[in-house]
Amino acid sequence: MTVNVLSPGLLTTIQDMGRPGYYHLGIPIGGAMDRMALRCANLLVGNDENAAGLEAVFTGPELEFNGEATVAVTGAELPPKLDGEPMACWASFKVRAGQVLSFDYLRTGARAYIAISGGIDTPKSLGSRSTYAIGALGGIDGRALAAGDILPLGEATGGAEGREVPSELRRSPGNPAALRVLPGLYWHRITEASGERFFEETWKVAGEADRMGYRFQGGTPLEFIDREPPFGAGSDPSNITDACYPYGSIQVPGGTEPIVLHRDAVSGGGYFMIGTIIAADMDLIGQLQPHTQTRFIKTDMHGALAARKDRSRTLNAIREMLSE
Amino acid sequence: MAKQEIRSPLPGTFYRKPAPDQPEFKAPGDNIAKGDVIGLVEVMKSFHEITSEFEGKLIGFLVDNEEPVAPGQVLAEIEN
Repeated sequence: MTVNVLSPGLLTTIQDMGRPGYYHLGIPIGGAMDRMALRCANLLVGNDENAAGLEAVFTGPELEFNGEATVAVTGAELPPKLDGEPMACWASFKVRAGQVLSFDYLRTGARAYIAISGGIDTPKSLGSRSTYAIGALGGIDGRALAAGDILPLGEATGGAEGREVPSELRRSPGNPAALRVLPGLYWHRITEASGERFFEETWKVAGEADRMGYRFQGGTPLEFIDREPPFGAGSDPSNITDACYPYGSIQVPGGTEPIVLHRDAVSGGGYFMIGTIIAADMDLIGQLQPHTQTRFIKTDMHGALAARKDRSRTLNAIREMLSE
Repeated sequence: MAKQEIRSPLPGTFYRKPAPDQPEFKAPGDNIAKGDVIGLVEVMKSFHEITSEFEGKLIGFLVDNEEPVAPGQVLAEIEN
């Protein structure tokens, strides 16, 4: 079974859960920016949660099916249309051979996940089908979808149409979006007042927001405490001696605009990091449109671990519901 | 005479000029042909041309230069 890409949309990539294990070599973890949404899409069509699907940013692709399949679209509210007929988001539906899946204008969120029964069966690179375009890894020849591509699908294990993830089990970033932050190792580099202000102010997603990182604007520049620059850090007070950048870390080059590193981020460098977005809230960032008002909420390790446990309880509830 | 709407497929920032020191792509009253560029939307570090699917006369813009736009938002109206 295959699917023809009639039009790719703005930037549609093949993604699965990513390729952890190579970040120390500079190869990012990759994978869906909203992993919960991709897991749900896969579960809805009867796939393994880690199967590869499509991540469509802001606009959807146009896909022609060469055989029968079950399809689900989750994440952003990017309403699917089958031969022009509107279909529901977060629900599985049947597609017959020859039918065309297209999408309406984006309503909310930023990234929709399209799962097709059987999963996309392109070759794996370093254990994953996820597209890392800058490194030309995964996907189709290491790039985003293009018109004329033919997507190979795996063997479907019998997905059921008419399944749904109820709205109370879906999560959206809110308005303003609230992202919880664990203050980091370099917290001592800024003044107390500056640290408090970072959490009190409302920021806004900048145009520079993609799979590598999300930039935020609109807050007051950070105030650094005077220091003798350590060896290798340089004279800019916002620079540090080169260090590892964790997934979710918030670097603030020049102390002005925070950038949250996401799935395709660089793994190290010399920018000060104010803290790290907790793992439970990283999926939310994948659904932020430019100009979205955003608050950073201070938490601690206890709060971060409790939030992670909460997410895994929700995922288990969805798994249970969809396995029936 | 019918009024047609040109919508932004993308969220981002709308620009009416190809560059800050260049003239606007189109002004109200201009004739528009199918495929004419009427502006740009910037998102994810790149600029995307907004083209007209219609021909006719440009009535006006509903979004100012450098203003944020949402997907599906009407950018301009055309009379044909």
